[in-house]
Amino acid sequence: MITLHWVYALAGAVFAAFALLGVADRGNPRRWTTAAFWALLATSMWAGDALGDLGNGVLVLGLVALGALGLGRGDGGVPAEVRQARADRFGNRLFAIALIIPVTALAGTFLFKAAPGWFDPKQATLIALALGVLIAMTAGCLWLRAGASVPLQQGRRLMDCVGWAAILPQMLASLGAVFALAGVGDVVGAIVQQAIPQGSLIGAVIAYGLGMALFTMVMGNAFAAFPVMTAAIGIPLLIRTYHGDPAIVCAIGMLAGFCGTLLTPMAANFNLVPAALLELKDKHGVIKRQVGTAVPLLIVNIALIYWLAFP
Amino acid sequence: MMVLLGIAIIVAGFLLRFHPLLVILASAIVTGLAAGLDPLAILAAFGKAFNEARYVSIIWIVLPVVGLLEAHGLQERARGLIATMRGATVGRFLTFYLILRQMLAAVGLTSVAGHPQTVRPLVAPIAEAAAETQAGELDEDAREEIKAWAAATDNVGLFFGEDIFLAIGSILLIKGLLEQYGISLEPFQLSVWAIPTAIAALLIHGFRLWRLDKRLARIRAERAP
Repeated sequence: MITLHWVYALAGAVFAAFALLGVADRGNPRRWTTAAFWALLATSMWAGDALGDLGNGVLVLGLVALGALGLGRGDGGVPAEVRQARADRFGNRLFAIALIIPVTALAGTFLFKAAPGWFDPKQATLIALALGVLIAMTAGCLWLRAGASVPLQQGRRLMDCVGWAAILPQMLASLGAVFALAGVGDVVGAIVQQAIPQGSLIGAVIAYGLGMALFTMVMGNAFAAFPVMTAAIGIPLLIRTYHGDPAIVCAIGMLAGFCGTLLTPMAANFNLVPAALLELKDKHGVIKRQVGTAVPLLIVNIALIYWLAFP
Repeated sequence: MMVLLGIAIIVAGFLLRFHPLLVILASAIVTGLAAGLDPLAILAAFGKAFNEARYVSIIWIVLPVVGLLEAHGLQERARGLIATMRGATVGRFLTFYLILRQMLAAVGLTSVAGHPQTVRPLVAPIAEAAAETQAGELDEDAREEIKAWAAATDNVGLFFGEDIFLAIGSILLIKGLLEQYGISLEPFQLSVWAIPTAIAALLIHGFRLWRLDKRLARIRAERAP
């Protein structure tokens, strides 16, 4: 059966290729640290399960050390005139290839679930996404008459633009696990509980919605904030004391947390990684564009809980 | 209370712009020590979680395809396409993408689009091209802002679409937590309550995109002789 491990094997191969091509890139002043970083990530993809917990911890130390030493980026970009000439030549074929990945992911999600014996149905989309990458890469090389090394070289160039930010989401997820182990959530919950004005329904609703957003900003993840805030305020006050509808309180409370996700660098994969990927000078440029949506939407969410959940 | 030191380190580290990877590691070590954990146990817990979270880094395998297409003129072609479309504005295009992303997420197709697979190769260059047809040549800061709008729109669409889907992680988390407190709910009862917020998100973000169009039109008017 095709499982996520096949995808890890593919990802390991891609990172290994980035590492090998990175060593050969003399335009990168820090090519050794850069290549070693991608090589360690390839090791994680290939051998992560065999390394053991402590082994993986040491691997992380290596990644952090290399990232802190500084990664560089090389050259290998295609000049604008050549790109324009190629764009004129290949036309909309380029869009067709670009759409292969999302279309395959879409189709695979449904088709793979229909064949549960062949593909792990729980991971259907990620497996389909990987398959889409392979199809798009093959079709692209044939259709654009590019050598097989071109996608890997160009992919390496983009990967170097992202740099160590590529592992930020994984690092923050791991930090969340350590926080959970240390009981950070319970302490925060106890503090929030003491901050609520006594006997005020609107005060409790605001504390819940705002607390969800703020704690999500700290943890970078609404999933970490939700159990804490709901245990501290949602269940005892909003649901038990004031008889709020649990479905409405919790569903909209979670969405109040998502407003916090839009506002924090801790949600790296949504806010910092795209800034790196789009080569923005301002690391927080994406967050800045989101403030104007997240803040009013948080107010709307708090109002919705107040109006809808308490008849 | 001591375990909150880790949070303080994170906040201070990001504000002072220290290297984020070092800040995260320092926060994990301090939090673990404050909770009375042995240093090796902290490292092992971190390593275990890092290994379990590998799936979030899979997405980078799309970069070779994106790179191949960019080297063959994908972004230039996106500009050419927008130039032939009359009435295409960055606000209208991003609103269209916002609705598409919300609808895809609402039926559970959250990984179909995203920053590496659709925003970098398609959405951002098309948005940039549309903005240029609206306001003329853009300076570097304006270009950055348009790209950031494209990324932000993807996030808003994803976040406030996905909870309408029954089997998404957050809905299952809510259901599981409520069950611990003896409250039994069907996922459907939860997901319908994500709809009002989804509509509000579309209206608020859509309004801001409409204002972006107005601003670009003003820039053009100012530039006109």
